[in-house]
Amino acid sequence: MPVPTLPPSRPRGRAIATTLLAFLLPALAPFDEGIAADRTLTVYTYESFVSEWGPGPIIKEAFEAKCGDCTVDFVALDSSAGILNRVQLEGENTRADIVLGLDTNLMAIAEDSGLLATAEVDTSGLQLPIEWTSEIFVPYDYGYFAFVYDTEALSTPPSSFDALLAAPDDVRIIIQDPRTSTPGLGLLLWIKAVYGDAAAEVWARLQPRIVTVTKGWSEAYFSLFLNGEAPMVLSYSTSPGYHMAVDETDRWQAAAFEEGHYLQVEVAAALDSSDELPLAREFLAFLTTPPAQSSIPLGNVMYPVVDLGDDLPEAFGRLIEPASVLQLSPEVVRDNRSDWIDEWLDASTR
Amino acid sequence: MLELDNVEVTLGTVHLRFDHELEPASLNVLLGRSGSGKSTLLNLIAGFAQPDHGDIRWAGKSLLPLSADQRPVNSLFQSHNLFAHLTITDNVGLALHPGLRLTRTDKTEVAEALAQVGLAAHGARRPPELSGGEQQRAALARCLLRRKPILLMDEPFGALDGATRQDMLTLTREVIDRYRPCTLLVTHEPDDGDALGADRLLVEDGRLQSISGAPT
Amino acid sequence: MAGRVDTLSPSRWWLPGTLALTVVAALTVLPLVAMLMAAGELEPARLLGDPWIGRVIRFSLMQATLSTLFSLVLAIPVALALAHEPRFPGRTALVNLFSLSLVIPTLVAIYGIVAVYGRNGWFNSTLEAIGIEPLALYGLNGILIAHVFFNMPLAARVLLQTLENVPIDEWRLATQLGMTSLSRFRLIEWPCLRAPLTGLAVLIFTLCFTSFAIVMTLGGGPRATTIEVAIYQALRFDFDLPMAVSLALVQLAFCVLLMFVSTLAPETRVLGFNAPGPARRDTGGSANDWRPRFSQSERLTNCLIITLAAAFVLLPLLAMLAASLNGKLMSVLTDPGTLLAIRNTVLAAGIASLLTLALAVGLLLSVRHLRVRRGHDRIGRWLQLAGNVILVLPPVVLGTGLFLLLRPWADVFSLALLLVIVINALMALPFALRIIEAPMMRAARDHDRLLQSLGIQGWNRWRLIDWPLIRRPLGLAVAMAASLSAGDLSAIALFGSERIRTLPLLLYERMGSYRLEEAAVTAGLLLVLCLSLFAILQRLVGGSRA
Repeated sequence: MPVPTLPPSRPRGRAIATTLLAFLLPALAPFDEGIAADRTLTVYTYESFVSEWGPGPIIKEAFEAKCGDCTVDFVALDSSAGILNRVQLEGENTRADIVLGLDTNLMAIAEDSGLLATAEVDTSGLQLPIEWTSEIFVPYDYGYFAFVYDTEALSTPPSSFDALLAAPDDVRIIIQDPRTSTPGLGLLLWIKAVYGDAAAEVWARLQPRIVTVTKGWSEAYFSLFLNGEAPMVLSYSTSPGYHMAVDETDRWQAAAFEEGHYLQVEVAAALDSSDELPLAREFLAFLTTPPAQSSIPLGNVMYPVVDLGDDLPEAFGRLIEPASVLQLSPEVVRDNRSDWIDEWLDASTR
Repeated sequence: MLELDNVEVTLGTVHLRFDHELEPASLNVLLGRSGSGKSTLLNLIAGFAQPDHGDIRWAGKSLLPLSADQRPVNSLFQSHNLFAHLTITDNVGLALHPGLRLTRTDKTEVAEALAQVGLAAHGARRPPELSGGEQQRAALARCLLRRKPILLMDEPFGALDGATRQDMLTLTREVIDRYRPCTLLVTHEPDDGDALGADRLLVEDGRLQSISGAPT
Repeated sequence: MAGRVDTLSPSRWWLPGTLALTVVAALTVLPLVAMLMAAGELEPARLLGDPWIGRVIRFSLMQATLSTLFSLVLAIPVALALAHEPRFPGRTALVNLFSLSLVIPTLVAIYGIVAVYGRNGWFNSTLEAIGIEPLALYGLNGILIAHVFFNMPLAARVLLQTLENVPIDEWRLATQLGMTSLSRFRLIEWPCLRAPLTGLAVLIFTLCFTSFAIVMTLGGGPRATTIEVAIYQALRFDFDLPMAVSLALVQLAFCVLLMFVSTLAPETRVLGFNAPGPARRDTGGSANDWRPRFSQSERLTNCLIITLAAAFVLLPLLAMLAASLNGKLMSVLTDPGTLLAIRNTVLAAGIASLLTLALAVGLLLSVRHLRVRRGHDRIGRWLQLAGNVILVLPPVVLGTGLFLLLRPWADVFSLALLLVIVINALMALPFALRIIEAPMMRAARDHDRLLQSLGIQGWNRWRLIDWPLIRRPLGLAVAMAASLSAGDLSAIALFGSERIRTLPLLLYERMGSYRLEEAAVTAGLLLVLCLSLFAILQRLVGGSRA
């Protein structure tokens, strides 16, 4: 590891710093936990999945116990698009055996890269609102985009998009940017699915209601929504589930829209170039079993893809059920996304 | 002998040419209008500037290849002669070693030099605590210790009031008498020359010339 | 005719600067080159023909220019007021706080700003209570408020530093001559303030030009899009490498152009006056406290300005702290994960700050020689500006570029911590340069001939002369670099994995996991950590008079 050489005539303190650096760096460098194990499974995923409250640690422990001599190595990237980027950049030399955390909107693009292998997992028994046909991608959770609102600020939320557009002026929303955020893109597709060609007009009419468009979910939820900047924020229909189950408050709820809600499914897939393809496929299958799935509701705050029975937190039973499930196919999304974003930009900046 | 052999330098639009000889142990006062090049001459001799042409020699050997600290020159500036954050003793001690690694003998010498200029009691003080005159005395003490054969003084007493000025001139005279360096003193006060009994040199039109008698 | 020998240079004066520049170039130019090579054809026509890009560029320029203007224009009265009131209660704490507003993580700052100035915020609630129209935050207003929040305090601090070097005699003279405050400003204070303004303007403009989360979140909508956002979109969402690189080059071009223009501005002599009298020392004590007798109304104005500035900076921070004092406070503080993150953060920040110092001092040593001894002022200033380059590269471009660069040779993830430390060090470099440059040049100009005459150079010079004279600014630079590093999210997000958790990363994770109360506590903790690091390092390195 290169240690920066410092120029001569430096105060002694700097020399000490260099020595410290040389000493401490190895100590700080992540130990390769895979030393003892024979087989390592490298999983590219996004940060919140592997945080200490996410599903990652639970799934890792459970899978390692199951396979006995393997190690699951999570590599956290900054977003689902980041995962895809990295794999595309690395090409066939990628270290990853599995990519976990893409969503249906990225599926077609990911598949186009030609880097993914078939999953060889039976997905017929999975409980999803839609029929799952992909041979490559394995879904591990799903949710619906919805507006979460503060019951203390808004006693009767709008019951549909039309109602939202007609609501009084003080019913305002915080949304995310479709160019940088998954829920942001989700809203774009949701409106497109509901209104089709009239989407641009809906966006134009929505403008006065939008407090601001944030970079990501965290800014919207944490920095703005919690400060009471608007009574409604775009999030997932499952978000209140967390607040009810863990924070033990009913204050935040999701607004059910009559037109239906857009579906978000998160998927995982194996890399064709993987050295451990059989193990990877085992992992994908494992993802859909109760030991892994039980970490999903409160760990990822999404619906599991299997029936957990009593293991499903009680609060999840009180979440809104969409009147209809909306989804645009991954291929349609891939082909039109760019144009739709331009349309959104146009409508928003008129 | 300090020889200025056709020393030429051009600063902007001003062209200077110095061709002169100075006796060792001579005392010379350098007069001239502001901007005439007096300070430049001192800078050339001290090694802070390089001439375009010509040579500067001391005792027959050229000074030009030598860096400022290697030259046999002591400089006294108008200001910033001392480091404000070091004590007077340290400031003077720098004459003996640029890293202040002083032997016992060195320290005694420093004390003696301070005594000679009347600052024996002030060694532990720092420059901002002393008056302007006392500061220049400390600078002189340092020059004493360095004991170089050439002494260049660039309006060192310009900021001092009349009485202190006279004291300083007297002290300077004593120092010069004792060590007899070749001295060049730049000043605006033509009378300083009289006080010191010095030869007068005038820098005018880029040339150096001796003058004598009262200035016009 | 005697041979001309270069007798003015200490040996290898160029070494520290060259080393520093090499490190900077390796981590900025090389990744960009790697990306260029990976991008292949750049298709400039596509870029130039797109009207949307034109709008984006115009908006970026406009908001950056306004932000810079406001930051500087507001910083001046604040600096003046502080300079006029050396004994204002809590002044030292306030001045230290001013150095902090820039290092707070953007996310935390946005929370605070929204809490105070948002639609539901303290400010607007107060305004509504007294019947005034509330302030609309989301839009240009929000962007300006946030940018001023970040940059005005630092600018004020730098300006204050120069004002405090006005010799007492000049204040006294002004009084004796019966100068009005306007004349005093025009003749004494303004020439003093003018010197660092160009450098500050370049720095602040670059920061605002490349601003990302603030512009997006507080800008109110896609009308507020900067080039940085477009780059992020191109890289992350469109997977369009050529477009991303083209845009990055456009951004780079603008900033370099600005830096070039700034070097054309005449360099005002930073107090290298040849005034007779004792060498001025930064006493910082009562000797420097004499001020002209200001009128009652002047003093009142000063106090008002200082109080307003303090409120402006403090309120968002207090809002954040208030939010952190919730039920989860104890559980977060005692959580081993939190403590580990704190340890990692402090360690990484400490090392990064020392590296920043080494780079800054190294660069300035060589530049000093060029400017003071050789008189090559322009080149010297250019080299200094080179330290600003890192700000122009979007983190996402830097991350991708570094990855592409290192991939053939090493497993990037195992180098993660090292890369994070080095990137953080580089990101703090422009600030360190800005803080250290003026004192270092001034000290050099004042003493250059004496140093030459006595032959004090190299290690001796550093030990006896440089270190005592510039120790305080060095302390400030180290403190700033450390707290900047501690609060940084962008670098660690590029390379971090779950094994090397720093506090900002922990904050982000907690937020993403809906642990909002814990997140608030973590944010408050991060603030306190930045503040503490700052105070401790400034004392440690800068000395007890700091």
